[in-house]
Amino acid sequence: MPGKLKVKIVAGRHLPVMDRASDLTDAFVEVKFGNTTFKTDVYLKSLNPQWNSEWFKFEVDDEDLQDEPLQITVLDHDTYSANDAIGKVYIDIDPLLYSEAATVISGWFPIYDTIHGIRGEINVVVKVDLFNDLNRFRQSSCGVKFFCTTSIPKCYRAVIIHGFVEELVVNEDPEYQWIDRIRTPRASNEARQRLISLMSGELQRKIGLKVLEMRGNAVVGYLQCFDLEGESGLVVRAIGTACTLDKLSSPAAFLPACNSPSKEMKEIPFNEDPNPNTHSSGPSTPLKNQTYSFSPSKSYSRQSSSSDTDLSLTPKTGMGSGSAGKEGGPFKALLRQQTQSALEQREFPFFTLTAFPPGFLVHVGGVVSARSVKLLDRIHNPDEPETRDAWWAEIRQEIKSHAKALGCHAVVGYSESTSICEEVCILSASGTAAVLNPRFLQDGTVEGCLEQRLEENLPTRCGFCHIPYDELNMPFPAHLTYCYNCRKQKVPDVLFTTIDLPTDATVIGKGCLIQARLCRLKKKAQAEANATAISNLLPFMEYEVHTQLMNKLKLKGMNALFGLRIQITVGENMLMGLASATGVYLAALPTPGGIQIAGKTPNDGSYEQHISHMQKKINDTIAKNKELYEINPPEISEEIIGSPIPEPRQRSRLLRSQSESSDEVTELDLSHGKKDAFVLEIDDTDAMEDVHSLLTDVPPPSGFYSCNTEIMPGINNWTSEIQMFTSVRVIRLSSLNLTNQALNKNFNDLCENLLKSLYFKLRSMIPCCLCHVNFTVSLPEDELIQVTVTAVAITFDKNQALQTTKTPVEKSLQRASTDNEELLQFPLELCSDSFPSHPFPPAKEHLESASSNSGIPAAQRDRCSSWIELIKLKAQTIRRGSIKTTVTVEKASPVGDGNFRNRSAPPCANSTVGVVKMTPLSFIPGAKITKYLGIINMFFIRETTSLREEGGVSGFLHAFIAEVFAMVRAHVAALGGNAVVSYIMKQCVFMENPNKNQAQCLINVSGDAVVFVRESDLEVVSSQQPTTNCQSSCTESEVTT
Amino acid sequence: MTSELDIFVGNTTLIDEDVYRLWLDGYSVTDAVALRVRSGILEQTGATAAVLQSDTMDHYRTFHMLERLLHAPPKLLHQLIFQIPPSRQALLIERYYAFDEAFVREVLGKKLSKGTKKDLDDISTKTGITLKSCRRQFDNFKRVFKVVEEMRGSLVDNIQQHFLLSDRLARDYAAIVFFANNRFETGKKKLQYLSFGDFAFCAELMIQNWTLGAVDSQMDDMDMDLDKEFLQDLKELKVLVADKDLLDLHKSLVCTALRGKLGVFSEMEANFKNLSRGLVNVAAKLTHNKDVRDLFVDLVEKFVEPCRSDHWPLSDVRFFLNQYSVSVHSLDGFRHQALWDRYMGTLRGCLLRLYHD
Repeated sequence: MPGKLKVKIVAGRHLPVMDRASDLTDAFVEVKFGNTTFKTDVYLKSLNPQWNSEWFKFEVDDEDLQDEPLQITVLDHDTYSANDAIGKVYIDIDPLLYSEAATVISGWFPIYDTIHGIRGEINVVVKVDLFNDLNRFRQSSCGVKFFCTTSIPKCYRAVIIHGFVEELVVNEDPEYQWIDRIRTPRASNEARQRLISLMSGELQRKIGLKVLEMRGNAVVGYLQCFDLEGESGLVVRAIGTACTLDKLSSPAAFLPACNSPSKEMKEIPFNEDPNPNTHSSGPSTPLKNQTYSFSPSKSYSRQSSSSDTDLSLTPKTGMGSGSAGKEGGPFKALLRQQTQSALEQREFPFFTLTAFPPGFLVHVGGVVSARSVKLLDRIHNPDEPETRDAWWAEIRQEIKSHAKALGCHAVVGYSESTSICEEVCILSASGTAAVLNPRFLQDGTVEGCLEQRLEENLPTRCGFCHIPYDELNMPFPAHLTYCYNCRKQKVPDVLFTTIDLPTDATVIGKGCLIQARLCRLKKKAQAEANATAISNLLPFMEYEVHTQLMNKLKLKGMNALFGLRIQITVGENMLMGLASATGVYLAALPTPGGIQIAGKTPNDGSYEQHISHMQKKINDTIAKNKELYEINPPEISEEIIGSPIPEPRQRSRLLRSQSESSDEVTELDLSHGKKDAFVLEIDDTDAMEDVHSLLTDVPPPSGFYSCNTEIMPGINNWTSEIQMFTSVRVIRLSSLNLTNQALNKNFNDLCENLLKSLYFKLRSMIPCCLCHVNFTVSLPEDELIQVTVTAVAITFDKNQALQTTKTPVEKSLQRASTDNEELLQFPLELCSDSFPSHPFPPAKEHLESASSNSGIPAAQRDRCSSWIELIKLKAQTIRRGSIKTTVTVEKASPVGDGNFRNRSAPPCANSTVGVVKMTPLSFIPGAKITKYLGIINMFFIRETTSLREEGGVSGFLHAFIAEVFAMVRAHVAALGGNAVVSYIMKQCVFMENPNKNQAQCLINVSGDAVVFVRESDLEVVSSQQPTTNCQSSCTESEVTT
Repeated sequence: MTSELDIFVGNTTLIDEDVYRLWLDGYSVTDAVALRVRSGILEQTGATAAVLQSDTMDHYRTFHMLERLLHAPPKLLHQLIFQIPPSRQALLIERYYAFDEAFVREVLGKKLSKGTKKDLDDISTKTGITLKSCRRQFDNFKRVFKVVEEMRGSLVDNIQQHFLLSDRLARDYAAIVFFANNRFETGKKKLQYLSFGDFAFCAELMIQNWTLGAVDSQMDDMDMDLDKEFLQDLKELKVLVADKDLLDLHKSLVCTALRGKLGVFSEMEANFKNLSRGLVNVAAKLTHNKDVRDLFVDLVEKFVEPCRSDHWPLSDVRFFLNQYSVSVHSLDGFRHQALWDRYMGTLRGCLLRLYHD
């Protein structure tokens, strides 16, 4: 499909003064696409030129249409010397290439210069005429839609979810080419911006081709990243999930199909929760139960604990649903078989989605992750980026094997990232092992037979918590209990995942943001020595991060983590680890035990007193948190649950060794040793610090909640006011006191203070919730730590907020549960038993084995064994409209925005600039997305040589980020949209040199441009044009000037 | 551990009204933080001083970036960098152009030039308004002046259109610009009792009646300058006091009408000729720029002070001025009735406003 690109330059405004003498500008415009350039006339002496050009026409093939950006340069004409550039606009015309998206790009674009920032605006109209061409060898993939959103976009229905697509392209970084020594910073920056724009276009096209090969028509959860590898080049890589999407016919339909069980759940072939009545068989024999209960039982306790009933995490005998053990096995085997067939042919059964159509997710196995340390070398042949491909392939293979070990055939919520410092690069991948319903994965969906089963299938809401692995063959030690909801299947005691909370999951109380933060000093070293040092440190970091998460989770009285994201950042002389997740209490999982502190020297009186003091503090904190997050799970009587069966450790060992899990996984349970779980042992000052730091996390002020998932579990009545923001902090460490403890404290304070500042700034929005809180850490220099946070604050209606918690509690009263008082214990060294990796041995071995295998001599390799988490279950049968899906969310009252307009604003009430909302979420509260206009993917560089004059580093970056927002909004508005959803700032690389008065920053953002309609408007206007501007706050009257 | 960089950027620009006020008032970040602490915000929110410091810095930075746009408010509406709801834009503009009574009294009627700007130091010391705030206010006056100086049409409309101010504030600016253009003296000691509001009231009346635009709004002149021809004509009024018969007749007409209605009748009767001479002479002198500048000084000296020293109540002043103006219509020998009305109509309004303690 070649096409004709048509561009018209209408006018400019607010141009800078380029001619000092006249205080005016003689501006003209160059329009460039590929190698063709057109120019407008010079508009003399005006800061608001009206060019009103003819249509400039470019005849191009569609490969170029996809790869190339349209480049518009505004210049000041100078008769005697060279024309001065005012600035540029890059327009990605991709959204015009598929039919349902935008048809025209038209609007005011900020004119951007990498040295001066935004300098006025230019009004441009762009259209594309595509000619059909049935050439089957085409290199383009026009028509494949891209979405950053990591769920099925709201106005589409997923027909088939094909699976993982990935691609990477490499090139030399212009900044490091020899020519850079002789060209201006501006030229260098522009070369870089243009190159990256080209590379992302190419990448998208290539991924599109892969999608077409798979017979899909869209990529969902598209994540594109840049690796600035310095001397060795520039890598642009992307992953996504190929799908076949169907547009929902009625745009006015309130329920997005993916949330509507009645539409989607035509068939649930593997109903794991057959009618409860069939399970009324008598208690199974103790023997049977033994096979699936691995309990760090009492007998191993070194530390005496106060309660004899503790550790009753595992089911006691006599549970009503004993037959589950029997039936579970064969059933799972069947399921596995079927799913396997669907996934088998796939090299990587990965999905970048984090939320799924109902019925898609059958079981969740836990988090799987893999990391590898590489030494960068120059990419010799950009056209064959084999090295980088091989690196990633290897990591993905590892992820896949981890998932297998968990009895899962797929990985969901999958993401990849890198951290680069000089020539060392850490590649990381993580996701959640899961068992999926194959129906969505195959062509030729079975349409016929299933309608009837819909309703009765719904009770499987706890299904995703049930363990997918065989309890006889557990990949790692875990406490299993019967699901607190269905009582039929086994569930683990805690569940960590990288996905969003499934919409139908039953949660008790509210969730909260949980972060683990960690720094480790490392010696400065070069090349291989450096890589080795990092490799050796990684397992310890993973281990400690995990311990912290576990402790904090227990401190909150919760039992599951969603949206877990662990970021390890490498710097010259340290490693930083930051894990963020949203903790919740899943009703299907057992009540978490407390944390018990143990002292090393019990005889010392004052010491003991201190210990008991700490213990009291911890207990108080747990109690307080339970109250704060409204966690009041039903009391369940002991008998119903049954008592834990002490499982001889031998036994579980044995089982494990039979399993086919990879080395790493097997090694994991070494970490378990012989100690009790859940005891924090204070045997030295370090441990003391750790306990202290546990207690220093301050809860958000009242009226605030925070989470890093899409929506806050337990809150469902959002109002429409949203505020997306980015906050950046850099601190300089004083080099004197660089110890691990001091470092940890600094880092912890940095994050906590940042959060406190956010709460303070947004206090006018109370009650509100910070959603999708996304922390990014980087170490730009030796003593600098940079933390970047992007999140959205959403207000909610306090009055309706309570209802959620009530019902489940009442409902479940008759159910049983373990005693709340029970204490789970685990030793500090060992952390919980669900931590699978042994921290010590793997590094070396792998180092050797890996480098010998790979034939990449320069690359120093190590994998940190991934650690794997357990799954959880959801309790409670159905409450009709309880935890609600987005449907309810969208019902929120349309108050918000309207409030703050029209006060005393006589002439200002009419603004010509339409409001564009930005949010990292996939939806807009109180509104319905009616159209996706295309992906926004922008890369900017800003540089200054007058840092002080621009307000120092803060002034410089503040202005730059504001400009980036402005450019994103302008592009969305020009596409005819009024919001960006799934917005993400993927990169914010900031470098400064205050001595030279210079700074440079690179920012990469992306998101989906959409049109949304307020629900309140929708009701009123109903049928008439839903696409037009629906925001109450942007009254579009013309301004009189 | 020191914070090198600390920023917060919202998609919708956050504007904190309290901080904005502190910024407008010219406080440094440190002072602003101290003032905020004193307001008890820490206790209300449970925040720390460090949080407050960072928040204040952020807002100051934002305001600093917005300031360039506030210099030309229509730009604020069209710019794309800061997404600000219209009501907030209006608030930003309105507050930015708001001024302190104490300050405006100091510069009202002065030439808005570099020289005056140098005096801002003294004004700052005298009024207790920070120098920074004085500068902002002064620059606002000057900026508005420069923009509308050469413009045709209604002064208030022009200001409103180019600076998007509320009606009220635009009128105040019209007065300031009008005073600055005509350089009316307002700083004399005996004028100190007058408020800006008093002058603004007079300015409005004068703009409405005494400028070229007042006669014919289509005329291609503007509201800023007094109608020269009119001022020239005012000389003709002199006959009212120069012609003894006319003056006596005028007096007797007024006295007859007011006898028994005025508490200060005898004082009025005794002072009539002085007062009338004063008012008419003011009119006759307005041909000279110097005397135009002294208009308010003269009015106070020649009319307000004599009346005040005799303790005229305001109602009596009103009765008197009404009768004084109206009676002229009955003077057969006087031919400049229209001129008299144009002059006296405005002057009467002004005098009533100026007459207070």
